[in-house]
Amino acid sequence: MRDSHTLKSLAVLLENKKISSKEVTSEYLKNIESGKELNCYNTISQEKALIDAEKSDERRKSQNLRSKYDGIPIGIKDLFCTKGVATTASSRILSNFIPNYESTVTQKCGEAGMISLGKLNCDEFAMGSTNKTSFFGSVKNPWKSLNSDNELVPGGSSGGSAAAVSGDLCVASLGTDTGGSIRQPASFTGTVGLKPSYGRVSRWGIVAFASSLDQAGPITKTVEDAAIFLDIISGHDEKDSTSSVNPKENYYENLNPDIKGMKIGIPKEFRSDKLPASTQKSWDECADLLKTNGAEILDISLPHTMSALPAYYIIAPAEASSNLARYDGVRYGLRVKGNDLIDMYEKTRSEGFGDEVKRRILIGTYVLSSGYYDAYYIKAQKIRSLIKSDYVEAFKKVDAILTPSTPSTAFEIANEPSDPVQNYLNDIFTVPVNLAGLPGISIPFANDENNLPIGLQLITNSFEEQKLLNVARNIEETISYSETPEKWWLK
Amino acid sequence: MVAQMIEGWNLVIGIEIHAQVNSKSKLFSSSPTDFGSKPNSQVSLIDAAMPGMLPVINKFCIEQAVKSGIGLNAKINKKSIFDRKNYFYQDLPQGYQISQYKDPIVGEGFVEIETENGQKKIGVERLHLEQDAGKSLHDQDPNFTFVDLNRSGIALMEIVSKPDMNSPEEAVEYVRKVRSILRYLGTCDGNMEQGSLRADVNVSVNKPGNELGTRCEIKNLNSFKFIHAAIVYEAKRQIKLIEQGESVNQETRLFNTQSGETRSMRSKEDAHDYRYFPDPDLLPLTLDDDWIKGLQDSIPELPDQIKERFINEYFLSSYDANIIVSDKATSEYFEDVVKNRNPKLVTTWVTGELFSILNKKNLIIEDSPITSKQLGELIDNIENGKISNRQAKEVLEEMCESGKGASEIIDEKGLSQISDENEIESLVDNVLNSNPENVKKYKNGKDKLFGFFVGEAMKLSKGKANPKIVNDLIKKKLSQ
Repeated sequence: MRDSHTLKSLAVLLENKKISSKEVTSEYLKNIESGKELNCYNTISQEKALIDAEKSDERRKSQNLRSKYDGIPIGIKDLFCTKGVATTASSRILSNFIPNYESTVTQKCGEAGMISLGKLNCDEFAMGSTNKTSFFGSVKNPWKSLNSDNELVPGGSSGGSAAAVSGDLCVASLGTDTGGSIRQPASFTGTVGLKPSYGRVSRWGIVAFASSLDQAGPITKTVEDAAIFLDIISGHDEKDSTSSVNPKENYYENLNPDIKGMKIGIPKEFRSDKLPASTQKSWDECADLLKTNGAEILDISLPHTMSALPAYYIIAPAEASSNLARYDGVRYGLRVKGNDLIDMYEKTRSEGFGDEVKRRILIGTYVLSSGYYDAYYIKAQKIRSLIKSDYVEAFKKVDAILTPSTPSTAFEIANEPSDPVQNYLNDIFTVPVNLAGLPGISIPFANDENNLPIGLQLITNSFEEQKLLNVARNIEETISYSETPEKWWLK
Repeated sequence: MVAQMIEGWNLVIGIEIHAQVNSKSKLFSSSPTDFGSKPNSQVSLIDAAMPGMLPVINKFCIEQAVKSGIGLNAKINKKSIFDRKNYFYQDLPQGYQISQYKDPIVGEGFVEIETENGQKKIGVERLHLEQDAGKSLHDQDPNFTFVDLNRSGIALMEIVSKPDMNSPEEAVEYVRKVRSILRYLGTCDGNMEQGSLRADVNVSVNKPGNELGTRCEIKNLNSFKFIHAAIVYEAKRQIKLIEQGESVNQETRLFNTQSGETRSMRSKEDAHDYRYFPDPDLLPLTLDDDWIKGLQDSIPELPDQIKERFINEYFLSSYDANIIVSDKATSEYFEDVVKNRNPKLVTTWVTGELFSILNKKNLIIEDSPITSKQLGELIDNIENGKISNRQAKEVLEEMCESGKGASEIIDEKGLSQISDENEIESLVDNVLNSNPENVKKYKNGKDKLFGFFVGEAMKLSKGKANPKIVNDLIKKKLSQ
């Protein structure tokens, strides 16, 4: 049984005056305080949150609400620029950076009356899938394995966003997803993580990692909440040239779990002997469930799936190497003094960036260098096109595609592979979706033999978020997944 | 002179012109572009490359670039791509310049220039849009360099010529012509002193028949004089090297405006690897046919067309027409004056007296103390014989000083000529009747006295009598 709030349930409680925004905000601030060990927050906006909550209560009193969700406390990944509140990208180089502007997405949350509890920890510049690359230290997964007390990774890069929702340190949170950074941690923490179509949500004011892949999205407890949150944050933004002019829908209002007659594809390239039996079982069970609920299950092929990861690890670092050039110590952020300009650059960037960020800047610089550009960058772009056309073909036959979200459940922080390439494999099921610009959602389906959540991923065609949410809602409604982590940090 | 200097050598010159787009706001942000504002007063979050900021293309700059392309007789590319040119420098906030590399907005075109040997076509390779960088100020503090980002993000058009020029004069003519076209179009103000238009010049030398020599690029030349001087110096330097048995290194050089020399800035080996790649923050730019057509229809008459028209309509010489159309304001001024007036007279007065006044006062024609209407009035007075050419020059000077109109000055000074035959006849009669002795002598063969009679008559008229009529009448009377 879920004893914690959702956007939907809280909206009702607030409406019926069962609870005030100030009360619920205080409650979550208390949870944050007692959950400090999880290391979810880089910045806690204690005072501001309470003031904003009071204002929300006043709006409610004067019947001047900004939306149904006015007064609900949320958490924000520390990659979204927030006016007057430190925005660090979990990097030393931005550890002193306080923007004087507000990202479009967080602006929209504010316009809906939502209360920001603070900024959530993540991998440095969103580069990582364990949250261990953060300058502020690892986030701990609220879940623990049945037979071990060892701490687990929450996934990444939106590890703080996922762990905070899972551990009731906020009602819902904002994350960003470049290669799986919303879906993978959602899968590791038993939460719902939605990556919208590229262009559905504005990137303006979000610290950029890889511009052609980055997309913001919600991490929530339920599919319904994901629909509600997407309604709030999505839409065209003229400040982002890559944002889509496609009109957005009313995802929550139009949520319809009826999937009769739908065709669901199971891509054979995602099958693997290495997949844990419990994950395979969940995948099969989910397909059966969809069939029982009236959908048709089809085997499909996405032939270039195995090339996705290598292509991604060329394109994303290439863009990152250029996007991160602005952190040079000249105008804001960390500056380490040097003898001359070059010396200052070198010292600032050497001390300001962590190892994983440096690795990707080096890779990106290398693949864009003259003489290597065609062999790497251009080739990777060609693969990207092939992957896109794989999906175009697939969606001629099916409405949605069902896959596991991750090749494993959450693993121990201490057991993170030392080989970065092993770590990159965490994103193997999620990366193709970013390359193709499609919407994808990870939903918790069951727990494995160690009582750790297994996430399944649904994918639909571009701008078919409604269909995506409908199928996800169908599964959610049928299984009523209701596992919650035991709150070990309270003991 | 130059031809002599490089006798036996062939000069090959290609030019990249950086022309600031005439636009109120920057290429990817809404910051203003006014020249000479307080440092860092025209900087948006985008221009300063704050985290999470995204560029949004300024449609007006696109329009200006396409217009320029049309003016350069060039192919307009319906799809073009913005790339990032990556390098680190303190006045480049993003760590990259957004430019166009493989797919520029404008492709091949040409301009025609006047040379000693007649018209010559100079090929244009491409025109692309790019952002300007900020400005580093090294002289404000002993320990720090200051950065002014007002210029950061301003739209530039880079116009790349083919290596079609073979003398410094041709190079200067080419830049003049491109500048003139852009000014006619209103796409660049062409102000070279303020840096709105600057040129990078590529120079190489070779012996006729041999393959092309190694080229050097001289950066950032911001006057016609410097372009000419830099090419002359550079050509001499390269020839000297080769004649001494050394070779020319491919490098980028700077021109010292004080010494008139060029010096090495960086060699080819030190050249940056700019790691160009398409900017993922911007979608490919696509233009539709109707929009391009609309711009084509809006293009004003350009110097080549106006020149042709002036030659046909006003019978100007190619030389005069060229001088007049080289500047939009001048051709408009000329056309204002020439309407219903004698074109030859107007040409002489515009390119002669007016230009000489402007030169003396170091003024551009837009700031001329004599408006086209005023000059027209002066010329009318010459045409209807009220004043002579010589008198008109005096009047013009007076007009400059006092700002008064020509007729007003002529009346005030009583300058208007007497052309009334009856009036002049009575003057002439008066002179002849008062000098019967001299009339007698003249009639007896002393021809030289003719001038005496004319002089006396003019004196009597206080110089205002029309000399031609005076002459005619005296001749007539004395032959009776």
